[in-house]
Amino acid sequence: MHTNTVAQLALGLQRRDFSSTELTELYLDRISALDDTYNAYITVNAEQALAAAAIADARLAKGTGDALTGIPIAHKDIFCTSGLRTSCGSRMLDNFVPPYDATVIKHFDAAGAVILGKTNMDEFAMGSSNENSYYGAVKNPWDTSAVPGGSSGGSAAAVAAMLAPAATGTDTGGSIRQPAAFCGVTGLKPTYGRVSRLGMIAFASSLDQAGPLARTAQDCAILLNVMAGHDKLDSTSSEEPVPDYTAGLDKPLQGLRIGLPREFFGDGLAASTAAAIDASLKELEAQGATLVEVSLPHSKLTIPTYYVIAPAEASTNLSRFDGVRYGHRCDAPKDLHDLYTRTREEGFGDEVKRRILVGTYALSAGYYDAYYKKAQQVRRLIQQDYLDAFKDVDIIAGPTTPGPAFALGAKSNDPLAMYLEDVYTLAVNLAGLPGMSVPAGFVDNKPVGLQLIGQHFDEARLLNVAHRFQQATDWHTQQGAMPQGK
Amino acid sequence: MTIEQSEVEKIAELARIRISDNQVGEVTARITEILAMVDQLQEADTTSIEPMANPLGATQRLRADEVTEVNHREAFQSIAPAVENGLYLVPKVIE
Repeated sequence: MHTNTVAQLALGLQRRDFSSTELTELYLDRISALDDTYNAYITVNAEQALAAAAIADARLAKGTGDALTGIPIAHKDIFCTSGLRTSCGSRMLDNFVPPYDATVIKHFDAAGAVILGKTNMDEFAMGSSNENSYYGAVKNPWDTSAVPGGSSGGSAAAVAAMLAPAATGTDTGGSIRQPAAFCGVTGLKPTYGRVSRLGMIAFASSLDQAGPLARTAQDCAILLNVMAGHDKLDSTSSEEPVPDYTAGLDKPLQGLRIGLPREFFGDGLAASTAAAIDASLKELEAQGATLVEVSLPHSKLTIPTYYVIAPAEASTNLSRFDGVRYGHRCDAPKDLHDLYTRTREEGFGDEVKRRILVGTYALSAGYYDAYYKKAQQVRRLIQQDYLDAFKDVDIIAGPTTPGPAFALGAKSNDPLAMYLEDVYTLAVNLAGLPGMSVPAGFVDNKPVGLQLIGQHFDEARLLNVAHRFQQATDWHTQQGAMPQGK
Repeated sequence: MTIEQSEVEKIAELARIRISDNQVGEVTARITEILAMVDQLQEADTTSIEPMANPLGATQRLRADEVTEVNHREAFQSIAPAVENGLYLVPKVIE
């Protein structure tokens, strides 16, 4: 049962082949048997999950269930959950039990989904390997000596190891797509503003976006149907109507124009990964798509642009953690200044501190124009590259990452090497576009991800392409030598 | 572009993050590396390019000035490190 998709499980629940209580117990048993190996969860929500499953079972018995009623879901520990500790992977929030639910959590709750637990992540979503978590690194289920990617590494590992049928994540510069690629699962970062950010602990507010990680594109569509929509409590959430993302999944790809940015296939891309991506593109071509070379000339400036804008916004957002209203407070502060500075010294990890300092510098008097304003101008040039490319193509495709998952510890002491991991994903956030990662092969027995990038609010087309690809390939159903448990 | 250790101490003070004396050198070296990478931005010609703050060009929405929220003070203060009589407690500010 644990190998099933959300769509298959929903069918089983509606037919009463098994109950939500049985399904939830199965996943809780798997987590307690296997998660010592992976460390995908920070908090397991056993008691409340079974209570929610019982409520879902009552609803299913009455025949009033929806697509997600009774389905257990793992949530990244960045979404505030009322009464359930929400740490954001940080010592700063180790004791934080939110008094309210994120809008995303409310949507899942209304749909009758069950919260299995909260997944591990890089502290405040800052990282590409999950090694920046206060709760320890997550291990990649395909190779436990390798990283799962980050920052939604716990969510990706939980789905890959079948410790949840699906999970939520957030993506500020690749944090859904890169771990999805490394763990061999399907992940979608929607258009900026598609999903409410209310109650999702803020990192960089003009870039942050929540999305699903699951086994298939179809499951991502089912989850996005529940997650997407306008929220009057998030002034940046979009009023664009939400289509049924499952409606067009089977549409043939005949006539689809796929742009291949030449900047994504040059130096820096591992040859073995390039070969897997080329084979995937041939599959899409065989289904009737046309491959067109496009150019994104400002690609080489995406990393410097991102590493001004994201830290600048982070330094502002993270100023709220002051040891006064909630979260960590240092012992015996001698005055208010000591309270602030020691609380923040103790509560934040090294990478978070670095980004706050870089952001503070970029926003400080005398440097604002040279850094922050300049980065915002280049951001527009980067977006314009994509808008120009979309005049000739329907979607853009390429690798999600330069290579497969790297070894734990390989880059943890080299921030700049770590930043390069997101070279193909950052621009999508800067431009506010939707992007997906889809399992597309293996290199050294580790998964490779194909990235699909769409026009604003064109998630349905990305899901359509990914679904058609998954009808013809079986990369997304493989489990390698992972322990199956019961 | 290099950044002096004294500048790192200044921005750490602005950001209210204490950095111990034995770490400030390492932090300065890392930040210098990041700023050197970021300096690639200077090669871009951005003459007459409007800075982009929101990828969809959104502007702040307005709403009617009406009370829509109830007071949650007790729930919010139940998770605070120190409160008394509905007030958040901090060390004495005025001697």
